[in-house]
Amino acid sequence: MKLTTKLLAATAMVAASSASAVELEVTHWWTSGGEAAAVSEFAKAFNATEHTWVDGAIAGSGGTARPIIISRILGGDPMHATQLNHGRQAEELVEAGLMLDLTDVAEAEGWADVVNPSRLLDSCTLDGKVYCVPVNIHSPQWLWLSHAAYEKAGVDVPADWFEFVDSADALKEAGVVPLAMGQQSWQTNLAFGAIMVAVGGTDLYLDVLTNKNAEAAASPEMTKVFEAFAAARLLSEGSNVQDWNQATNLVITGQAGGQIHGDWAQGEFQVAEQVAGTDYTCLPGLGVNEIIATGGDAFYFPKSDDPEITAAQKELASLMISREVQVAFNLKKGSLPIRGDVDLSAANDCMKKGLAILAAGNVLPDGVNAFSADTQGQIDDLTVEFWNDTSITVEDAQARYVGIIEDAD
Amino acid sequence: MAVTDTGQTGAGAKKPSPLFKNLTAKIAAIPMIMTALVVFIGCTLWTIYHSFTKSRLLPAPDRWVGLENYERLWSENRWIVSIENLAIYGACSLILSLVIGFILAALLDRKIRFENTIRTIILYPFALSFVVTGLVWQWILNPQLGLQNVVRGWGWETFTFDPINNADIVIYGILIAGIWQGSGFVMVLLLAGMRGIDEDVWKASRVEGIPAWKTYIFIVIPMMRPVFVTALVIISAGIIKVYDLVVAQTSGGPGIASEVPAKYVIEKMFTSQNLGLGFAASTMMLLSVLVVLIPWAYLEFGGKKNG
Repeated sequence: MKLTTKLLAATAMVAASSASAVELEVTHWWTSGGEAAAVSEFAKAFNATEHTWVDGAIAGSGGTARPIIISRILGGDPMHATQLNHGRQAEELVEAGLMLDLTDVAEAEGWADVVNPSRLLDSCTLDGKVYCVPVNIHSPQWLWLSHAAYEKAGVDVPADWFEFVDSADALKEAGVVPLAMGQQSWQTNLAFGAIMVAVGGTDLYLDVLTNKNAEAAASPEMTKVFEAFAAARLLSEGSNVQDWNQATNLVITGQAGGQIHGDWAQGEFQVAEQVAGTDYTCLPGLGVNEIIATGGDAFYFPKSDDPEITAAQKELASLMISREVQVAFNLKKGSLPIRGDVDLSAANDCMKKGLAILAAGNVLPDGVNAFSADTQGQIDDLTVEFWNDTSITVEDAQARYVGIIEDAD
Repeated sequence: MAVTDTGQTGAGAKKPSPLFKNLTAKIAAIPMIMTALVVFIGCTLWTIYHSFTKSRLLPAPDRWVGLENYERLWSENRWIVSIENLAIYGACSLILSLVIGFILAALLDRKIRFENTIRTIILYPFALSFVVTGLVWQWILNPQLGLQNVVRGWGWETFTFDPINNADIVIYGILIAGIWQGSGFVMVLLLAGMRGIDEDVWKASRVEGIPAWKTYIFIVIPMMRPVFVTALVIISAGIIKVYDLVVAQTSGGPGIASEVPAKYVIEKMFTSQNLGLGFAASTMMLLSVLVVLIPWAYLEFGGKKNG
């Protein structure tokens, strides 16, 4: 009898431990210094449960990682959780029934009440069902300025985009590249979007992105945007770098005056131990319109047949959106948390600026939410070509842009 | 098990019917024949069909749009640039690697000392993948680190050689890397061909007093025709599919100046999530291969049958 009880107990224990602890493979493209530090916060929190986080980082930015992630899901070898930008990138995967429905977790925890702005959760929702967990808010429209570079040039740090353009000559004379720009096409597209908000204004931005109004894209206001973009391309001559963090590094080291980039650049400044306000300045909306577009990252959970994995996936989902993890993650990442009810007193100046804008509700939809990947890719191609080939005139570029918006979906 | 099975069938197939002749060999070839039929022909047809549909992230065989994808393809500047780059890269790479490969092979063929060592050194780049080649040449051509810096260090302060960052000549920067990687292989192929030429041919030409270079051009080259055809096919296949070299060396930049068709196909299919357009582009690539291949195959095989 004794032996039987022991055996029974042993089997029960084995069964219990195998029933709960699973390894989840999580893919993402957060590989730069600040990003890696942020993602390790997720891993730490998840490993603190009985489950294990298996890190599947894919180097080389979203453009490289997304195809790998999507082909793995389509090819029947899905990871257990994956980063994607919410919005339309995963639309067809959800429609094809490849993603786990998180509605029960979302309803139980009341995500609809805590996620702010609510548009983020809407982008995760299809036909009333929630398929992803938004984890952060990223806004692309920031201008990052190096105090060291402006000191070298002997001019004041500009307060907005127009002052920045005026100060460019002084920077050039001091041997500083005014504007750092990574050569990948999504980065020029990002800068284009930022200049569009700053120079063209929010009405134009919304009309083109949300309504896909080709007439707005052909308007004289848009011509001004292209003119400003054409002026900007001349400021980046000499910054021959590929990755965005290399461009940010030019700003950190004072070799470049500024960079138009998303708020994730902040993580790099943080890793370099620079202080906002004394070593660098950040200008949301390029300092012109204090408004930000709220894109961001979200995690999707490909469907699994194994109920234990499904349970662990849901556990991870609720962990990612929980208060403590949101704070820890976003402080490292330099992004804004997706819930309005967390304490971010530890945030630095730049994040506080972002939080204030968010609290005031000055938000816009992001390109990735508004356009399909196809349209986005066409704009990428146009902007990177225009940026690097000064023989393309403003008129030509605008005409092609109008053509893209006409066919946009 | 499998061995005995085929052995028995082979032994039992001693019939006059030509279908059962060499049955073992035919059975052994079945997997490859099936692969060719299903994977190459089947998937090619599938791809061509879907290039006429509005397939986005997932194939959508029921959304027929006719030639829309092709119209968009040929209206896109990036595709035109890609085709132009492939034409420049292809023509230069084909001619230069054959010429350089042949000259190197001829030099080695003169029975020099340390032939093995030199051959290994020249062939060595071929052992590197295109990704490594691309990165190495990215560094060599980098104006701050590489060639330009070294030459300036020697005293030519105004020396400028920066193809990677100059949109007009960036494709030649890639070409240099491609030839560096590939010409060693062409050399080895051609050298093997030269070694196959009968020694008596050389003796005869020496007796006639024909100079060595004339012997190469007028006697050796025509005799090496099959080797040249092999080299040509291998080089051409490499040219059409060039992708990793560009990705590693320039990522298609600056701007879109060094884009190539294979990269366009991959990016439209997976990054832009537009399978239809990607399929249309790959169909055009196939078509361009066929345009070259069919006349050649006609001359090569059709001519013999008639003659």
